[in-house]
Amino acid sequence: MSGNSTAHSPRSLDEAYEILSHTAAKVIAGGTDLMVLMNARQLDAEEFLDIWRIDELRGIADEGDALRIGALATYTDLIRSPIIQKYAPALVAASRMVGAVQIQNRGTLGGNIVNASPAGDSLPVLAAYDAELEIGSRRGLRRLDFNQFYTGYRRTALEADELVVSVRVPKLKADERDFFCKVGTRRAQAISKTVMAVKAKTENEILEWIRVGVGSVAPTVVRAYKTESLLAGRAITADLVEQARQSISLEVSPITDLRSTEHYRRRVTGNVLARFLREVIDSDGAGI
Amino acid sequence: MSDEKKPDKQGLSRRGFLKASGISLSVPLVLNYRMVKAAGAEVKVLGPGKAPIQLTINSKPFTAEVEPRVTLLEALRNDLDLTGAKRVCDRATCGACTVIMDGKPVYSCSVLAIEAQGKKITTVEGLMQGERLHPVQQAFVDNDAQQCGYCTPGFVVACKAFLDKNPNPTPEEVKRGLGGNLCRCGTYVGVRAAVLQASRGRKGGQRG
Repeated sequence: MSGNSTAHSPRSLDEAYEILSHTAAKVIAGGTDLMVLMNARQLDAEEFLDIWRIDELRGIADEGDALRIGALATYTDLIRSPIIQKYAPALVAASRMVGAVQIQNRGTLGGNIVNASPAGDSLPVLAAYDAELEIGSRRGLRRLDFNQFYTGYRRTALEADELVVSVRVPKLKADERDFFCKVGTRRAQAISKTVMAVKAKTENEILEWIRVGVGSVAPTVVRAYKTESLLAGRAITADLVEQARQSISLEVSPITDLRSTEHYRRRVTGNVLARFLREVIDSDGAGI
Repeated sequence: MSDEKKPDKQGLSRRGFLKASGISLSVPLVLNYRMVKAAGAEVKVLGPGKAPIQLTINSKPFTAEVEPRVTLLEALRNDLDLTGAKRVCDRATCGACTVIMDGKPVYSCSVLAIEAQGKKITTVEGLMQGERLHPVQQAFVDNDAQQCGYCTPGFVVACKAFLDKNPNPTPEEVKRGLGGNLCRCGTYVGVRAAVLQASRGRKGGQRG
C-alpha cells in the first residue's frame, strides 16, 4: 500500500467544489464500487474527496410533479421512502436487487450514476423515467437529461470539477405503470446479464407510449427507442408482443463476456419485454 | 460568491505551496492533519502519511494512526487487534468482514477507517453478554451453523443486524436478508435454522 494517500472530508458542497476545482481528488461516497477497485489494486488513487458528510447531498423530496433525490440517497433510503414506493416503484424494485443489504446500506444513487457501469441496476429506471440530473461545480448548477449523461463505455458528461448533486425523477401518474426486471445468476450480489425498466401509459390494452431502459446489453445503459416507436399507440396483441420481442433483441448490442453471451442477452432481453407486455394484457383484462 | 474568493485563493496557494515544497504543516502534537481553507471554511485534510483517528467500537473508544486509504477492516485487524471480522474476498461480496455501523450491517472492507469515525461500530467481539453467548451465537452452536468457521463471525453479525430489523422473519425473508454472506462449506441450512431459533428466542423475551 502506498504511503502517501490524502483525504478531504468537507461538510458543504461549496467546500467540495473548491477542492475539486484545484485537485484531481477521486470522489468517494459509499465506496461500494470504488473500494472494490482499490482493494483489488485496479485503482491507485492517492487523493480522495469523501463526500459522505455533505448533508446537502441527502434527502428525498416531493416537488409536485417530480421527486428530487439527493445524490447520497442510499438504496436502503430509497427502499424505505414512502414517496419513492408510491411514485417510482421500479426504483424500489431496482434498489432491492442491488448487491445485498450490506451494499444497499452504503451504495448511493449518485454513485451508481457516476460509476457509469453499463450494468448499474438503478440506471435503466432513471432512463425509462426520463430522469434529469442536477450537476454542480464552482461554476454553478446545470441540469442534464439522464439519457444524455453517458457518452461511451464508462464515460460521462461530467467535468472533472463537477459533482452530481441530485436526480429529478418525474412521478408515476395514476394512469401510468412501471416495471423492473433484473436477470442474473443469483439474486444477491450478481451483476446482471440483462436488466430492464419500463415506464408506460396504457389504457385497456392500448399502449399510448412506452419507454424502455436496458442495461448490460450495450456500452452504456440505453433506451430502446426503435422498439418504443414500434409499440407506441398500438393495441397489444400476441403478434405485437412477438414483434416487440424481435425488435428489442436486434436493437440492443450486447457482448459475450464472463457473465453471459451475446445470444443469451439478446434473447432474454426480448423475453423480459414480452413479460412486461403480457402483464399489461393480464392486468387490463384484455384477452389475446 | 465573489467575496468568498479571496480566502479561497489564500487557502489554495498555501496548500499548493505545501504540496510543492513537500512540507507537512501540522498542528503541534497532531500528526498529519491540517486545515485548508475551501469556500471560506476550514476543511480537514488527512495525510499524506498516517493520520490519527478515533473510533467507537463495541461502546469503547479506540484511537489509531492510519493512512487515509486504510479500510475499517484493516484498521480493526491490523491496528486495533479486533480480528473477529475476517478478510476474505476484500471486494464487497462475501460478507466475512460484516460489522454493524450505526445500526446497519456494512462490509468493513469497503468503508474507509476515517469514514467510520463518529459512528457506533459493533463487531462480533461486542456481542457476548458478559460470560454468556449472544442468542445468535448460541443458536449457531446449537444448529451446527458453521464448519470451517471462517465466514461465521461475519454471518453472526449479519444475522444479529437482520434480526434487529426483522424480529419475526419468514424463512424466505431470512434467505433474502442474508444474501450478502457466503459460506463455501455450505452451512446455509444450519444458519437459517439458527436465525429462526434466535428469533423464537426473542419472542420469549430475550433481547439482543
